[in-house]
Amino acid sequence: MIAVNGVNKSFGAAHVLQDVTFGIQPGLMTGFVGGNGAGKTTTMRILLGVLTPDSGRIEVDGAPITADYRAGIGYMPEERGLYPKMSVLDQLVHLGRLHDMSGAAAKTRALALLDRLGLGERAGSRLEELSLGNQQRAQIAAALVHDPVALVLDEPFSGLDPHAVDTTLQVLRETADTGVPVLFSSHQLDLVERLCDELVILADGRVRATGSRAELLAAHAEPEWELVTATDTGWVRDARGVEVLSFDGGHVRFRAVSDSAAHEVLADAVGRGTVHRFGPVTRTLHEIFTEVTR
Amino acid sequence: MSTVTAASANTTAGRQPRRTPFWSAVGTVAAREMTVKATSRPFIITTLILLAAALAATLLVPRLGDLFAGDAVRVAVVDQTAASVQGLGEDYAPQTLGSEDAAREAVRSGEADAAVVPDPGSPSGTSVLAMTDAPTDLVQALSTSPTVELLDPNAPNPLLRYLIAFGFGIVFFLAAVTFGQQIAVSVIEEKQSRIVEILLAAVPARAMMAGKVLGNAAMAILQVGLVAVGLLLGMQINGDVLPLDGLGVPILWFVVLFSIGFVMIAALYAAAASMVSRQEDIGSTSMPVMLMIMLPYFGVIFFNSNPEALRVMSWIPFSAPVAVPLRIFLQQGAWWEHIGSLAVLVVSTALAIWLAAVIYERSILRTGKALKWREALRG
Repeated sequence: MIAVNGVNKSFGAAHVLQDVTFGIQPGLMTGFVGGNGAGKTTTMRILLGVLTPDSGRIEVDGAPITADYRAGIGYMPEERGLYPKMSVLDQLVHLGRLHDMSGAAAKTRALALLDRLGLGERAGSRLEELSLGNQQRAQIAAALVHDPVALVLDEPFSGLDPHAVDTTLQVLRETADTGVPVLFSSHQLDLVERLCDELVILADGRVRATGSRAELLAAHAEPEWELVTATDTGWVRDARGVEVLSFDGGHVRFRAVSDSAAHEVLADAVGRGTVHRFGPVTRTLHEIFTEVTR
Repeated sequence: MSTVTAASANTTAGRQPRRTPFWSAVGTVAAREMTVKATSRPFIITTLILLAAALAATLLVPRLGDLFAGDAVRVAVVDQTAASVQGLGEDYAPQTLGSEDAAREAVRSGEADAAVVPDPGSPSGTSVLAMTDAPTDLVQALSTSPTVELLDPNAPNPLLRYLIAFGFGIVFFLAAVTFGQQIAVSVIEEKQSRIVEILLAAVPARAMMAGKVLGNAAMAILQVGLVAVGLLLGMQINGDVLPLDGLGVPILWFVVLFSIGFVMIAALYAAAASMVSRQEDIGSTSMPVMLMIMLPYFGVIFFNSNPEALRVMSWIPFSAPVAVPLRIFLQQGAWWEHIGSLAVLVVSTALAIWLAAVIYERSILRTGKALKWREALRG
């Protein structure tokens, strides 16, 4: 596991990271969520050693991270960049060699990756000749070419068309499945919700919440319930241990002090008529995010 | 969760990634710089033009006179003067005419370029007739000159000294400025395209800078070396016209000093470029480097006849690559002075590399407004 431990960083008077602590589990995809300026990019740069923290440590399996381990990480910076005038294959091989691969091994791996990402036919093209979406794919290949021991991706899906998002997702999932820890940041909360196993929510340089979606929900939001019946549901307002949040004829949404209080409402409803639907409301990540960062 | 952590401890520690060794990273970066340069059309064309210029300067220019020489000068003579013109060789074709008037008429009609006629009033006993311009060559050929004895035939010819100072100066200056600018462009390109962040995640900033400086220096030395070979070759072929004596050693010194001095300038250019984020801003930080190259360069060209000025300039690292070979050619200074200049240059180059590496590391990830040298040094 990679652990970010009590990291602080200031730029001049701006304290951009305050005691940031979280873990990235191997084999899992950890989503890194936060608004603009929350400190995601700075955290990632510190992870990679491109920036040094003012205090705090990065640890791998309990020991301080080494330069060798860092060199094994696949990194995709927020601001994209490859050599515009160099062919896609050539720069992947160059990056592979900078990561201590032999030229031949780098070439084999680069060609396989480009094929996998649907860029096989453009391997010989110069980067600037590719469409923006294809440049993004090349960027992902650049992060993966050295068969990384961990992945740190800053907004990997921005600028990708839905088709490319799917391909990229598959490739990242396959990589995670080999036991590699994956950290990626994104503004697209629906996408993060669909993909990630773990979440780290950052706001104003502080970690506001970490854990799986279910854990976050349990920790940060009281469960809400929904009941839909064939008849009017106005009576729910008078039920014990229940607070109605919204009400519209046969549809009611309420908060209950306990599961049993909610089940009593259900039992009552069944006695009163046909129940179309009953159950806990699935809160979206967006709601959790808004609540946690408020 | 605990099972995941247990399994994970295996996976994260199981694979042992390794950072590329420093010099191997330097080599990879340098190799890329050299490939980019060697396949760039401007570089190939410039090299060919310089090589052609070197060969032309040594092979063709000394023979330029022959090209303009044209046909033999037709000289109208009379019986009394025929002998003197006949003795002048193949460049003059005498036509013997019956009288002085006939000779005069031949010049007037253009049949002859000049005429030589007897003239009792002239000290030489002859007069030369021509239409508009005095035929200087012919007059000279007919005159008798006193014998000249050169007491120091090997002393450097002032024109040659100027040409050599100028030649070394221009090669150093042009190579330093053009390659320096290209290093700057390539540093900013990486900074602007942000690939530098990926590169820095893999290799240390120093390795990046060292690779860039060494790769470009190798190509510059290759280019200058080719020009030097072209010059030496041309002089060898043209040995009778252009004496190679005494130039071979200064040229070798120049190549050595140039190689070291170039690395120093390249490192400073890389540092200057790392301080700006956009190509347009490069002037603001590279101007001091440019001045440091320009002043000694003009100094050597203007003061090449002043041994004291040359001595001072040979101890200044920026002008040493031009001043030292020139002093050696002029046989000024003792051998230990030249070795001393070389040592000063080596030490200042090492210092410049260290300084540039510090600045480069501090500035390469800063974007936005161009940094000032003082800010970059203060960190």
